[in-house]
Amino acid sequence: MSVDNQVLDGLLKKVHETGDFAPLIDVVPYIKLLGMEGRIDDGQIRFRLPFGDHNIGNMMIPALHGGVIGGFMESAALLHLMAVRDSLGLPKTIDFSIDYLRTGHARDTHAECTVVRQGSRVSQVSVSAWQDEPDKPIATARAHFLLT
Amino acid sequence: MARYEDALIARHPEEVREGLRERFVGMIPHNREIGLEFVDAAPGEATLRLPWQSRLIGNPGTDVIHGGVITSLIDSGCGLAVFCSLPEIERIATLDLRIDYMRPATPGKDLYAWCECYRLTRQVAFVHAVAYQDSRDKPVATSVSTFMRSGKRPEKGKEEHSHER
Repeated sequence: MSVDNQVLDGLLKKVHETGDFAPLIDVVPYIKLLGMEGRIDDGQIRFRLPFGDHNIGNMMIPALHGGVIGGFMESAALLHLMAVRDSLGLPKTIDFSIDYLRTGHARDTHAECTVVRQGSRVSQVSVSAWQDEPDKPIATARAHFLLT
Repeated sequence: MARYEDALIARHPEEVREGLRERFVGMIPHNREIGLEFVDAAPGEATLRLPWQSRLIGNPGTDVIHGGVITSLIDSGCGLAVFCSLPEIERIATLDLRIDYMRPATPGKDLYAWCECYRLTRQVAFVHAVAYQDSRDKPVATSVSTFMRSGKRPEKGKEEHSHER
């Protein structure tokens, strides 16, 4: 499978038309494997990771895998940036830093992002993930992306 | 394999009998989902392997693996490195984790993570890790993380900390 910038641009247009990130998520195997979803409603971008057994990292609690929470948040940051940037090319992650604040329980997880800084070469995006209440995050994260 | 057995037999004889290795990699659903494999361990050290799979791609234009998978690989390896430095098995929780992506992983090649717990205090474990393909001198990603110790053995249904394992 090869997706060039022109294809990516078409998928991004579809995302904006429908308010659903599915066309873009469908071409990224790992994001699809996680089962992640994203929507744009009234300009508000929200991501959701429906609970799935395959995302468990601790069966005793049970709790989500820390890598899953990280992968979900990094993907959210990337997809959010692509949507607000509305331009060609997949940004490349330079670094990703996550603080785990509460246990990620075996239920749906939500994420919202803020573009903290948008430069000509680098963007910084912050992400907050929660399960029950937005003001009780299970993790916060920050990522720098190299713009191509 | 011998090093791993020696390290764990010396530290956790009971758990070795119960098959800690299978529990850590094989019985953690998401580790199984992405095909994570145990390679080696020694006191305070662990190496895991992530075999190449097209379903872990993050960039459909270049077929480069998704950063999130590297997070899972490193988080698991670092947790195991902490376990291999503890005097006894206890619950631990990742406090924070930072990953720097040095170069894109080459599609088609397995990815390894070498993780070392380089400082263990009564409450906190400090860990660094290198994710690589051909050699540790050419890292795909490097990482630093901290883990909280609970001082308690794992017990079903009990919660202590944020992200527990």
